[in-house]
Amino acid sequence: MALLELEHLKKYYATQKAVDDISFSIEQGSIFGLLGPNGAGKTTLLRMITGIFFPDEGNIIFDGKKFDALNDIIKIGYMPEERGLYKKMKIGDQALYLAQLKGLSKNEAMEKIKFWFKRLEMESWWNKKVEDLSKGMSQKLQFVITVLHEPKLIILDEPFSGLDPLNANLIKDEIYGLAQRGATIIFSTHRMEQVEEICDHIVLVNLGRKVLDGTVQQIKQDFKENKFSIQLNGIPATIASTAFDVIDTKANKLTVKIKDGYKSNDVLKHFIQDGVNVEAFSEILPSLNDIFINIVEDTHAKTRSFQKVD
Amino acid sequence: MNKIALVARREFLTRVQKKTFLLTTILLPVIIFGFYALIIYFSVSSGSNTKIAVADNANIFNGKLENSDEVTFSFLQNETKASLEKKVNSKEYGGYIYIPAGTKPLINDSIKLVSGEKIGLIARGKIQDIINKQLEQVRLLSLHITKQQLDSARNDNSVSFSTINGSNDSDMKEGVSMAVGYGAGFLIYIILFIYGAMVMRGVMEEKVSRIAEVIVSSIKPFQLMMGKITGIGAVGLVQFIIWIVLVFGLTFLLPLIFPSFAHQMQSQPIQPAGMQAAEAFKNASADPTFMQGLAQVNWLMIIGFFIFYFLGGYLLYSSLFAAVGSAVNEDPQDAQSLMLPITMPIIFAIVIMTKAVNDPSSGIAVFGSLFPLTSPIVMMARIAHGVPDPVPYWQLFLSMALLILGFLGTTWMAAKIYRTGILMYGKKITWKEMWKWAFRKS
Repeated sequence: MALLELEHLKKYYATQKAVDDISFSIEQGSIFGLLGPNGAGKTTLLRMITGIFFPDEGNIIFDGKKFDALNDIIKIGYMPEERGLYKKMKIGDQALYLAQLKGLSKNEAMEKIKFWFKRLEMESWWNKKVEDLSKGMSQKLQFVITVLHEPKLIILDEPFSGLDPLNANLIKDEIYGLAQRGATIIFSTHRMEQVEEICDHIVLVNLGRKVLDGTVQQIKQDFKENKFSIQLNGIPATIASTAFDVIDTKANKLTVKIKDGYKSNDVLKHFIQDGVNVEAFSEILPSLNDIFINIVEDTHAKTRSFQKVD
Repeated sequence: MNKIALVARREFLTRVQKKTFLLTTILLPVIIFGFYALIIYFSVSSGSNTKIAVADNANIFNGKLENSDEVTFSFLQNETKASLEKKVNSKEYGGYIYIPAGTKPLINDSIKLVSGEKIGLIARGKIQDIINKQLEQVRLLSLHITKQQLDSARNDNSVSFSTINGSNDSDMKEGVSMAVGYGAGFLIYIILFIYGAMVMRGVMEEKVSRIAEVIVSSIKPFQLMMGKITGIGAVGLVQFIIWIVLVFGLTFLLPLIFPSFAHQMQSQPIQPAGMQAAEAFKNASADPTFMQGLAQVNWLMIIGFFIFYFLGGYLLYSSLFAAVGSAVNEDPQDAQSLMLPITMPIIFAIVIMTKAVNDPSSGIAVFGSLFPLTSPIVMMARIAHGVPDPVPYWQLFLSMALLILGFLGTTWMAAKIYRTGILMYGKKITWKEMWKWAFRKS
């Protein structure tokens, strides 16, 4: 069942089309990656999903009903890219205040804050002020504040920036945990290796339009270039085959590209006939990073251009 | 609604719990008063009682001079200047007055007081008063006039003014109304400035700490803005109440600590304040009809309207200040230039008010008291003169209705500017852009 469905969302500003007819749906319990270069319209899209902006056109269906910002806000947790907390406020009070603003009662909020602070070993921070925290620590606090009220939909904009690997892993595990317990997570980033690792499903937007939509596996299959890596016990002096081209040679490892109309077995057959021993053979799938760069460069994406210069 | 209360509670508590709040609210007035008290104490204090020896060889005082806290007079017989000087030198007396035989009280022979040490300001005034008073009586007696005769001859005939519809329009009431009008108008003026600026800084807090996006994903920007305005308004109210209590407490306390203070205030002419109201007030304080004037002012009505115009004015202006606060970045300099169009009408209002206290029925005063941006200040000055004369009911109700409409209008407009402004970073906003945000459809 889809938790969130976007139907032909549009948001135009005076100078550019920030979001131009985007539709997709997100399954309940999935980890969804929203990708795109800087200025692609991700933040505008997220702000519409969180009820900060109203779309100019199109519908947002949330949890089976038309999205109603006033009542659905408590079911959403949003961690914006622009991080900030009240600097002079004590951490405990701050978490309590923000949880209450979401709509939790004081007791409920207190209970949950204690649970999360204990879980992430933040109990001793209670009476400290935010200005005393390091960047990573305040990031952790921000994460707790985002997920505290057990939202159905959690939106994280670049959640790992500024975290050391230890804390990043801690947060990553929490994200997996939350997804397992039924929460849906939208994960916005341009760090492709994280997307590959975490996300089930991705959408790539560029210049306000959707350019890719699918599961990570599916997209990789779609963009594969029939490249294989093959490891041999010795490289023959000449390799000539109608079935493939050698693109790269490293020690006794070859990267080959199979020509149209041939299959991977044709490569193996060639080396077996040559009498060369094949030690390893595997397909090279493109990384999301490559796909991203390919697509974005193709569409001539620059950062947002506000004004044409003649 | 509940969320507005939550925001207001935080705004209120974070401000009230700050040390600087305690400092400015309680310590500042105490320090200022303490400072004044010290100045007065040092300028007034004459130390201890000065004993003056009087050798009245012409018997012009009849052996009668009143003693006071500061000075004690003792009449001595058969003393010469030299023997008196000796007594002063031996510190038996602080000073002496020697009046040679044959001094006539009617002729302006000056009386000379020789003292061992300098005599303090207050004691000098006292001595002068006592001697003059005694001399006046002696002189009158020598002309065969009693004090009572003189007083009755000096009596002023006061002209009493009233308007044609019968309401008593005494000078005294006019003076008191003027002072009350001035006071109330200025108070609102100060409140608008101090707390308006506080709202503006408060709004900038979300932007500066970059938490705006987190907050507006939880509550509507309008709720955040209203919460801030009500929270800071509550801080202002508490602060003001504490100040009023402190000021009243200390003004009553001060004469108790320094009894001579009251005397000092009377003997010294009030500094040229230039304010007619103050002048009227000063003249009034000696007059029994002053109390009548005070009684004729309808205090309940004035306080009621003061609260209304205080709240109305605060809500109207603080939402404008909030709009400006949301549009500026961290740079306080941007705020200065954007604030100008808001501060202009406040200053304009004060100018109209100075006219309105003198002539509450003039055209500019009527306009100023109806126009919502100036009415909180100007109307207070007019109301002090009375309702329904010179402020007719229709003007009063129109003014109140316009003020309510005015603040609904500014809040609505400010909310729209605020929504957009609060999520903008790094860009310098102009009034033109703010205007566009306010009037485009969402």
